[in-house]
Amino acid sequence: MFKYFEPNKIFLITSKAPKYVLLLFIIILSIGLTEALILSPEDYKQSHSVRIMYVHVPSAWIALGTFSAITFLSIIGYIFKLRNIFLISKSLAPSGLVFSIIALVTGSIWGKPTWGTWWAWDARITSMLILVLFYIMYLVAWRIYENSDKAFKITLFITILGIINVPIIKYSVDWWNTLHQPASISILSKSSSIHVSMLFPLLIMTAAFALFSLLIFLMKYNTELIKIKNKGLDRL
Amino acid sequence: MYGRKVKLRLVFISLILVTLILSVYLIIKSLEENVVYFQSPTEIKALGEINNKKIRVGGMVKKNSILVESKDIKFVITDFKNEIIVIYSGAVPNLFSEGKGVVAEGFLNDRKLLLATKILAKHDENYMPPEVKEALEGK
Repeated sequence: MFKYFEPNKIFLITSKAPKYVLLLFIIILSIGLTEALILSPEDYKQSHSVRIMYVHVPSAWIALGTFSAITFLSIIGYIFKLRNIFLISKSLAPSGLVFSIIALVTGSIWGKPTWGTWWAWDARITSMLILVLFYIMYLVAWRIYENSDKAFKITLFITILGIINVPIIKYSVDWWNTLHQPASISILSKSSSIHVSMLFPLLIMTAAFALFSLLIFLMKYNTELIKIKNKGLDRL
Repeated sequence: MYGRKVKLRLVFISLILVTLILSVYLIIKSLEENVVYFQSPTEIKALGEINNKKIRVGGMVKKNSILVESKDIKFVITDFKNEIIVIYSGAVPNLFSEGKGVVAEGFLNDRKLLLATKILAKHDENYMPPEVKEALEGK
């Protein structure tokens, strides 16, 4: 199974794919923004500030999903001793960090007119801030230890500590009293308390942000592969 | 299929994960009262003693309970079991209204009266256009 991870083949993909992903991203983002900012209706209660949700919610989803993927890949990489997998998780982290910060900032901008405060130390918001810190720790660890064996172990440790925070973020609104509202969309029960006319732009924007993540990942991973290439590919 | 080392590493990681999850669970469990952002009127009623510490009470603004007297605003927070009266002077957030969620921060006078220093509106998980809302209410 792992023969598909041959660096030469991967390099061919990572050096060519970004321009197509970029094109697709621009198309989907244009549709998403038109839907979210112009075509979708205002909310009965919060009127136009509902539009912040179309950036806030997808960012939060992608930040959580990316961290889970990083952890999963790091564990697989550690168990099967695959250095390549570690580089994949390393390359995923920058866009994860960016989206977790976007989620916090847009949440704050939404919170001021809706709740009446920029910031509240409630469980959801605090645990999201912890996720941002874990992303920073993870990236700083890579900076300090570069691509050594030590880096693999330390980043693995950081992801394992951080992954416990992920279900806490997700379920904080159900477990405790929080200022943040509970989830509107449940995948398990396939129900949503967001009206269809608002759900559609939300999903398009999620697709656009996912594509952006993919784009940044491919570019970052490509650089990692070039770095290795310069040192000799057989090291992988 | 895989070597002994691979299996050992799998066990090792699983052990670390289980241990960490259990420890975090215990820590959070013991910090429960600090993790919650606000308490309900029922929890306030069950409070042992009233001290001068800042406290947050959350629930619904009771229908027809908002009373505006010059600068002061007086209303009732309910969780449909118990109620608490809140007195506050200052501006309330736009989304503050009857029948909607609210969090009031301030000092307890007694178990029935909160002198608020800050009012936050709580939003629920429902999002819909105004026409849909009207249609729902018209039913």
